[in-house]
This record gives sequence, C-alpha cells and structure tokens, in this order.
Amino acid sequence: MTIDGISARTAAAPLAGRRRRSPWTFRVCIAILGVAVAAAVFAPLVAPYEPDATDFSAIWLPPGPGHWLGTDQLGRDILSRVIHGARPSLLGAIALLAFATVLGVLIGVVAAWRRGWVDTVLARITDVMFAFPGLLFVVLVIAVFDRGPATAVIGMGLAFAPLIAKFTRAIALEELARPYVDAYRLQGVGGVQLIARYLLPNLMPTLVGYLVVLFGEGLMSLASLNFLGFGAQPPSSEWGLMVQEGRAGVIQGVLGPALIPGLTIAVVVVATNVVGVRLSDKLAVRT
Amino acid sequence: MAALLLRRLGAMVLTLAISSFVIFVAIYAAPGDPVTFLIGNPENITPERIAAVRAEYHLDQPLFVQYALWAQGILHGDLGTSFYYQQPVSDLLSSRLPVTLTLVGMATVLFVVLGVSLGVVSALSRGGRADAWITGGTTFVNSVPNFVVALGLVSVFAVQLRWFPVAGEGAGFAGRLQHLTLPAVALALGSLALISRVTRQTMVEQQTLDHVEAARSYGLGTWAIVTRHVLRNSLGPVVTMCGLTLAGMLAGTTVIESVFGISGVGNLLVESINTHDFAVVQAILLYMVLAYMVVTMLVDLVYPLLDARTLVRSEGS
Repeated sequence: MTIDGISARTAAAPLAGRRRRSPWTFRVCIAILGVAVAAAVFAPLVAPYEPDATDFSAIWLPPGPGHWLGTDQLGRDILSRVIHGARPSLLGAIALLAFATVLGVLIGVVAAWRRGWVDTVLARITDVMFAFPGLLFVVLVIAVFDRGPATAVIGMGLAFAPLIAKFTRAIALEELARPYVDAYRLQGVGGVQLIARYLLPNLMPTLVGYLVVLFGEGLMSLASLNFLGFGAQPPSSEWGLMVQEGRAGVIQGVLGPALIPGLTIAVVVVATNVVGVRLSDKLAVRT
Repeated sequence: MAALLLRRLGAMVLTLAISSFVIFVAIYAAPGDPVTFLIGNPENITPERIAAVRAEYHLDQPLFVQYALWAQGILHGDLGTSFYYQQPVSDLLSSRLPVTLTLVGMATVLFVVLGVSLGVVSALSRGGRADAWITGGTTFVNSVPNFVVALGLVSVFAVQLRWFPVAGEGAGFAGRLQHLTLPAVALALGSLALISRVTRQTMVEQQTLDHVEAARSYGLGTWAIVTRHVLRNSLGPVVTMCGLTLAGMLAGTTVIESVFGISGVGNLLVESINTHDFAVVQAILLYMVLAYMVVTMLVDLVYPLLDARTLVRSEGS
C-alpha cells in the first residue's frame, strides 16, 4: 500500500477473510520471512559482491551466470544490493513499529484505564492525527529534522500510532471488564502495576498478530518514502531507494534494476500478511 | 439534521485550527534561518538587508503574532508568497490543483466501478473459483507498493506497447485524459482490494436476511434481487469506504505524481520541501488536511440519506 492510504486500509486488514489458509502457504511464507531475515543478518557473507562496487564495463547486464540478477546503471550487482538492502528495509520497518507501538499502546491503555475526560481528549487527539495523511507527518518531521532514515521512521511512526492506539483501547476496554481485574484491584494492586504486570501481558497475543499485519504496511510505507528520497540516501541499497534509482532503466526498457527490489518488497509484504492474519487468528482466541 | 451538521462543522473548525497551528509551528521550528533562503545570493547578506527581509516577512515578531498574521491572511485568501517562484502561493496552487483533481477523479471512477463490480461478482460466487481469484488477486496487488505497480504499467503500456506517454500531464482534454490514464489506473489498483472486500462482505451479510429470502420466494431473478434489494441495502458501508478512500487519495497522489512526472500538487509539495519553500509547504499541508476533512464530513452527511434508519436514530437521541 501507499503511505497515503494507510488509515483506511490497515483498519480493515485484520478482518481480511483468509481464515482457512491452508498450512503449506503459511509454511512457505514463514520460509520467505526466514530467508529475508537471514539475508539481513548474514548479508556480507552471502552476497557475491560488495553492494556498492561499481563496474563500468558491466552496466545494465541482464541476469546471467556472473550476475544472477543482472547489474544496475553503475554496474553494481543487483542480487548483492537486494541482500544488503534487507538490513535498512527490515530494520526500518521494525524501528517504525517499535516507535508506533510504544506511543500507541501508551495512549490506548491510558484512555481505556482512565476513561472520562482523559479518554475524550485522547480520542480527539487521535482523530486529529487520523485527519493527517501519513505523508504529512513525514513532511512535518522533515521540516524539523531534515531528511534521513530516522526522519522517515519517526514520521511514519506518528502516522501509525493512532491506529495502534485505537486497537489497543478497544481490546484493553474488553480486558478491563473481566473479573480478574477487579480481583486484583480489591487486593490493593495499584494501577501502574496492574497494567504492567497483568493487563499488558494479556493484551500481547492479540496485539502481536495485529502488529505483524501492520509490519507489511510499514515496510511499504517506508519504501515509498525512500522512493521519494525522504529517507535513506545513496549509496544505501534500501529497496525503495533501489526502485527510484532503477527508474531511468525502465524508460529504456531495462526492467531488472527497478522491478527486482520492487517485487522483493511485494513478496515480503505478502508473506507477512499471510503470517500475520494466521497468527492473529491463532493468538486472538478471546472468550 | 441541522444540529448534527452544526456539531460536525464545529468539530471540523476546531480540528482545522489545531492542525493549522501544528503545521505552522513545525515549519517555524525548522532548522536553518529562513532569511538565508530568502536572500539567496550570499553576497547580498548585509545586516540591513537581513533586517529588511525579516520585517517584510514578519520574522521579527513572536511566534503567536506570526501565526495570527498567517491565519488572518489565509482567512482572507492570502496564502503568502513562494520564496522560490516569487509568485503568490494561491496562484501556484490554482495552477497545480486541476491536474491533481482530474487524476483523483479518474482514479475514483475506476476504483468505484471496478471495485464494486469485483465485489459483487465475488459475493455471488461466494466460495467459488471466481471469488478465490478475485480475493487473492486484489490482495496481492494491494501488497505491491504503488510505485512498483506504476513502473510496471509504464514498462508494459508506455515503453513496450507505446499506447500511452511515459510522463507529463498533457494539454487539452483528450491529451490530459491520455496522459493521466496510466497514473489513474496505478492509483486505483491499490484501492480495489478494500472496496471489493467491503462490497462482498456487506452483500454476503444481506443475502441471508429475510427480505432477500422473501424476494427469492416470489420468484425474482438473481439480477433483480441483487440490483434492487441486496446492492441497495449495501450502499451505506460501500459509499462510506469509497468516500474514505477518495479522501485519502486527495492527499495521496504524491508518489504517483512523482513516478509519472505530473506537475500536480503532490509534486509541488516534494519540490517545495527540497527548495525550503515554506509558504508553499504550509499551504499544501493545509489543503490536504482540509480536503480530507471536507470529504469525510460529506460522507458522514450522505450516510443518513442512504440508510434512513440512522437518521431516525440520531434525531431520536
């Protein structure tokens, strides 16, 4: 998805009707994610070339034995760049979700716990944040901190936080209505302790499924920002940036440099969606 | 109804005031002295010149005074002057807006027509092969970033087949239509999954209801039942979703405009960020928030007209 339409789309994502996904697709998707993570961790060991080693005698080569996925406009090996690009791409999405989760869970839990005017004020704030399309946060953060990977992460994180806040508030309200909460209250357990020790661990399973689905969304949003040049800067081989750099080739009929990283993003996003939907089905057994 | 409208308008004005302040402060807090961008040529920087420029743009005033002046100007239709283009921001916006609005309009027609029909088809063949293909296909397209989809379309339809131009926005009605077709398709494709899913969902819910069963027992054909009873009753959620998607699109053409080199509002935003043209950035951000809020409010107002029950309920309370 685009960075622009997240609010509408992710809100509906967990409802996606893929409950009876056969197990083999699930296993294939887990394998894909495993390969992506392994590529990120062992990038220097598995990549056949240095990601930024240029070779002007081998520009825009088609896939072949020397370069399995061909080379780009500077003669850099695309396979090596995609493997190395897994690091900034995946790490960026993880950082984005971590930031958004801390902020969103904090808002959601406090709103559900305090109710009353606190809830109203927080709901109003999240509404205002919803009115801001994702890109706007990024633009605001860029205006203050200038461009860079951190800017993209913080900006997109601010856009994702209200989604997580809304979701957390809903499940926290449900959880707080259960008898064990009153039982702990009667025993004199304080609010902060109750939330940290008992409420949050019980929310975690449901939240994790939702976060895995959001991960794909976050990965795509960050890639879009990098494509626009607001995030990672060259010579980084972040996947969105690679697509941007490969654009010149598309017009001349050389598709590889742009489409290979683009399809890599798509495959990883599909895999996380399948895994996420199944996980939230499995984990979110609430009575 | 009037009370509802007033309440919504009040909430909108409040949200707008808060957002405009956030936008203004963020740009105000940006690093770097705007004076250096304003003067441009470093040879011209003299203390007198700096003071003159500061006074001209009210940069010597405190934050709240600057915000008040800015907000007052906007309420009078004065969005400021672009540092980079040296012309009023309102002129810039009005020259760029038509392109973006045409693009969004074309994309909206596409995603409404295609999305609803795909949803109807998959609801009718629920559990069948067509249903599985439509759900799987739209979900996959939804997972491909739209700039990749756009580049794929360019390579097939513009570079290989040469049916459409590679970039630009074209002149004249026919030229513009031809130039904006590929961007509109790329923009619409990302929304198909959501619209078709919502249509399918609401239709499936409707099909098990008594009135549909009754219509079927009268011997009405599938077509009549779908168009007259099921689809009509499913309009509420579908129209809401289409409206929200449209609202998101009004502020969400930036990536597509950048891929196709269309000089619309989104491209102007990216350009202005790169050239530190703050007045333009502020104006575009404000336009995006305003457009989003106006469309979502219209959706809320249209909903009771499609489903009279909500109207009765809101008046009763």
